[in-house]
Amino acid sequence: MAATAPTEIGTTTPSAPIIRRRRPKFGAYGLLVPASILIGVALGYPLVRQFVISFQEYGLKQQFGAPAEWVGLQNYTDLLTDPYVWTVIGRSVAFCLVNAAITMIIGMSLAVLMQRIGRAARISLQVSLLLAWGTPVLASMTVWQWLFDTQNGVINWTLSNIFGMDSMAHHSWIIEPLSFFFVATVIVVWMSVPFVAFSVYAGLLQVPAETMEAAQLDGASARQRFWNITIPMIRPVLSIVLLLQVIWDLKVFTQIYTLQRAGAPTRETNLLGTLIYSYAKDFGLAGALATIMLVLTLALTGFYIRQMLKEDEL
Amino acid sequence: MSSLSTTTVPGVPGAAPQRVARTKSSESGRAQTSTSRRVLSIVAVIVALAWVFPIYWMINSSFQPLNKLQAEDPSWLPLGGTIANFRQVIDDNTFWQAMRTSLSVVVLVLIAALIFAFLAALAISRFRFKGRKSFILTVLVVQMIPAEGLFISQYQVLDGWGLVNKVSGLALVYTAAILPFTIWMLRGFVAGVPIELEEAAMVDGLSRVGAFFRITFPLLAPGLVAAGVFGFLQAWNEYTLALVVMTDPAQRTLPLWLQSLVESNRATDWGVVMAGSALIAIPVIAFFLVVQGRMTSGLVSGAVKG
Repeated sequence: MAATAPTEIGTTTPSAPIIRRRRPKFGAYGLLVPASILIGVALGYPLVRQFVISFQEYGLKQQFGAPAEWVGLQNYTDLLTDPYVWTVIGRSVAFCLVNAAITMIIGMSLAVLMQRIGRAARISLQVSLLLAWGTPVLASMTVWQWLFDTQNGVINWTLSNIFGMDSMAHHSWIIEPLSFFFVATVIVVWMSVPFVAFSVYAGLLQVPAETMEAAQLDGASARQRFWNITIPMIRPVLSIVLLLQVIWDLKVFTQIYTLQRAGAPTRETNLLGTLIYSYAKDFGLAGALATIMLVLTLALTGFYIRQMLKEDEL
Repeated sequence: MSSLSTTTVPGVPGAAPQRVARTKSSESGRAQTSTSRRVLSIVAVIVALAWVFPIYWMINSSFQPLNKLQAEDPSWLPLGGTIANFRQVIDDNTFWQAMRTSLSVVVLVLIAALIFAFLAALAISRFRFKGRKSFILTVLVVQMIPAEGLFISQYQVLDGWGLVNKVSGLALVYTAAILPFTIWMLRGFVAGVPIELEEAAMVDGLSRVGAFFRITFPLLAPGLVAAGVFGFLQAWNEYTLALVVMTDPAQRTLPLWLQSLVESNRATDWGVVMAGSALIAIPVIAFFLVVQGRMTSGLVSGAVKG
């Protein structure tokens, strides 16, 4: 495909460069073929298939060749009548909203902070955020597990030796669900804040200085200027960043899974991602839960997506 | 996979540290400005130290021998450190095996994703055709799919084609995962090169293809580099899909290898685990730091003015 594509462009008449843009071109479709096939095969097809299987009985037997039976909404009713599934859904939504909110607040504060400090301080803050951003997820997870380690973790040591909380000396952070989610939140926020901070900072830099000066001359206080001019002007950045945070935090998997492997009780700490993973033996159930998760994501983000599409010029 | 699909927002450039902050005028008095600025700077430095501490601790611990790591009080500096931990990782055959797998996957993903995304970006930014808008919309919406819910059916599809535990199978799902964003990113870069440049070259006697490869293509280099770096980071760091697809220990990627290292050394030797983490993380971090600032290059605007 790589070889044929430029030839296809070449066959258009070079003498009429302006008409060329309006005429329908088979060449253009040709250029889209490889990407479309790949996305269709590895994303589209699994998505459709998962949706179909969610209406089938598809356990271990079927995985070894037995024909799958249609069971209608059985998988969905099984899931939605199980109070445990509702607990996990509620937990996931709560985790998602709390994490997205904390990440946004810290990220925005750091962006505003970057704007108001000297060059040296700003660069050191930016470099340390970039370091956290660039660290591979798994490497971050191992480091945080070591920091929170029960025996020799530096966090326990600091709490007991510097802050005098003796009970924390050999505290296990991930046994209690609430404390487990506290640790998970710390890690997720640590990883996500740099992206928010840099995006919002880039947005802040685009607010014209003239507008701010005009507002100042008109007597607007610093606070008024921030809330009535800066925030509305960087709204597009804020909304896309918030949207992505909500999507990411709702489907969080790696952080929860690795913390669970570190010895946390699975049932009390499952979120939607790990619950789907735990259904790996029953594809029908997993497919149904994944579909529920998709609907949940759309419910939480649909309004935003619609608005972004309306404003976004394609 | 989701962690795959988007790390940067389309249209939001990364850091622009060279620019000067503009809020000087927003403070009322000069004296007050410098005091509050100093206080805020101190706050910023404290935040910076807190944020970087885990990474410092990873490196510090990776140089500590076991008896220091398990001592009553932690050692804050890698003084009198050892490289034994790194030795142990480097002498481990499975590390190099995982390295080979990861590198093969990354190379395949980069080649496929860059070529395919480049062609698609060319189509949607240089041509107007029926279905163009729906394609762009699909590219956008695909990124919203909670892919964590998709891994089981992706596994099934790969299994049906005998691609489970194969580098090509993992590369296939990775490529599909990063393609939408790569197309989106490159589309911006292609659209940023004015068609007039090509047309001028054609007036000067170059063919359409010649004009494209001699004029437009070199100007797209920063875009291709940025997209390549993005793809590299995603494929190198991804864990979830690898966990599902690469079930055979001999086919582990580096993140899976690291997780198995943690599980065999937990509470026994964190030094080795930290050395392994550092070996995986440091090249990526270095790469990331170098490229971050260059991703939004002003090359194109310069070309038009000149």
